[in-house]
Amino acid sequence: MNSPVDLLQYDFFVKAFLSAVFASISCGIIGGYVVAKRIVFISGGITHASFGGIGLAFFMGFNPLLGAVLFAILSALGIQFFTKVAEIREDSSIAIWWSLGMALGIIFVFLTPGYTPNLMSYLFGNILTVTTSELWWMFLLVAVILVVFLVFFKPILYIAFDEEFAKTAGLPVALFNYVIITLIALTVVLNIRVVGIILILSLLTIPQATANLFTSDFKKLLVLSTLFAFAGSVSGLIISWMLDIPSGAAIIFTLVIVFGVLKLVKHFVR
Amino acid sequence: MEPLIHIENMTVGYDRKPVITNVNLKIFENDFIGVIGPNGGGKTSLLKAILGLIHPFEGKIIFRSDINLQKKPIGYLPQVKNIDRRFPITVFDVVKSGLMMSNTIETKEKTKQRVNDLLAETGIVEIRNKAIGELSGGQMQRVFLCRAIISNPKILILDEPDTFVDNRFEGELYQKLGKLNENMTIILVSHDVGTIAGYVKTIACVNGRLHYHTDNKITQEQLDEYNCPIQLISHGKVPHRVLKNHIL
Repeated sequence: MNSPVDLLQYDFFVKAFLSAVFASISCGIIGGYVVAKRIVFISGGITHASFGGIGLAFFMGFNPLLGAVLFAILSALGIQFFTKVAEIREDSSIAIWWSLGMALGIIFVFLTPGYTPNLMSYLFGNILTVTTSELWWMFLLVAVILVVFLVFFKPILYIAFDEEFAKTAGLPVALFNYVIITLIALTVVLNIRVVGIILILSLLTIPQATANLFTSDFKKLLVLSTLFAFAGSVSGLIISWMLDIPSGAAIIFTLVIVFGVLKLVKHFVR
Repeated sequence: MEPLIHIENMTVGYDRKPVITNVNLKIFENDFIGVIGPNGGGKTSLLKAILGLIHPFEGKIIFRSDINLQKKPIGYLPQVKNIDRRFPITVFDVVKSGLMMSNTIETKEKTKQRVNDLLAETGIVEIRNKAIGELSGGQMQRVFLCRAIISNPKILILDEPDTFVDNRFEGELYQKLGKLNENMTIILVSHDVGTIAGYVKTIACVNGRLHYHTDNKITQEQLDEYNCPIQLISHGKVPHRVLKNHIL
């Protein structure tokens, strides 16, 4: 087995490849929105808060991703509630939920008897251990995101750009914001297995920053982000196999290198 | 004559704190009202209440019976300083967003034509594919004016359309607004009373309360009386402050 193409005969690699494809589409599109709307920090808060759910699931013995979804959505709503109703400043609310989730996760994991072998794969991701049922969930998410963004592209863009103007035009701004924040929470959680809680923010931001070097058109930005995320995650996956290093870290490293090189090229070519 | 917009005893503000109290104002068809007043005096709050973005604590805003609010008859140009200039969006898409609720009744080509026609008329068609982050202040303001008027609204609300604009475009802008005023009722907020006085028909001074003038002449004495601490600036060749008569 010398060439990366040979890897496709292995079931685990095909699954890894498919998860890279699905993760690229969901993170490419949702990340494009997150970056354009400048809500990277909220996304970070939701991601880290989901660790609480993973810990709870370990402790109670149910599916960790279910726990993560629960905590991600809870924290997304919690941040909104703290900011809008309790009048706590937004960045502070985010930090509170971010650290509360992590703290709960640590407590639950500590209380869980015995060794928790999968913990590292949730923190740092392991694309090679994604299961078939997880792949189905990732596929379903991609389908939902594509439908939502294709059907409602214009209102999504207009609300992201100028919420107030969209309100004067009568768009259901609050409803859209809730739908999108739920999609962000689901994207983050279902892709945790690919690069892990600690690194998922990178899939939501680095391909988008790279795409932003070449376009300022929102639609093109979403497509290009997806392509850069795909190129980065597949080549990162192959590099991790060749150098025998953790896949999540290899993927992020590749994304950063691609961004850095293209940024420099653009800087000097101009 | 039934007013287009009738504001009755309205108190409005944010987070349960009133910003302007007890406002009474009748706005008639084809009015061109200049709203002036100090920062924090409630100019923007007044506009937002008319737009329905914030709701009166007390009192009410009544629109003329033939105005269908479902059809969104108000065009709006918000303060450009609140816009994220690095958002990845093109000039064309910004202007098109002015049609967001009426898009369904038109074909894509017709919408495109309408946007391009308006951009050409405003003299900025060549920048239609640029990102808004690449524009100058004057271009930016024109783009947002296009977005506000593309749906041919009955009422046009402008929040400081003359910030970041050079003198040349300022003249053009007010000429354009004068022309639009033939078919639209305009409410315009400005910090620069001297400039707008020559163009608007009436002036409202907002400083916690609202004082309304049925003409466009306003004197420093009146501003003092209303406790409206802004300075009259006269724009001749060189802008200069109009000082009160003083005794040596």
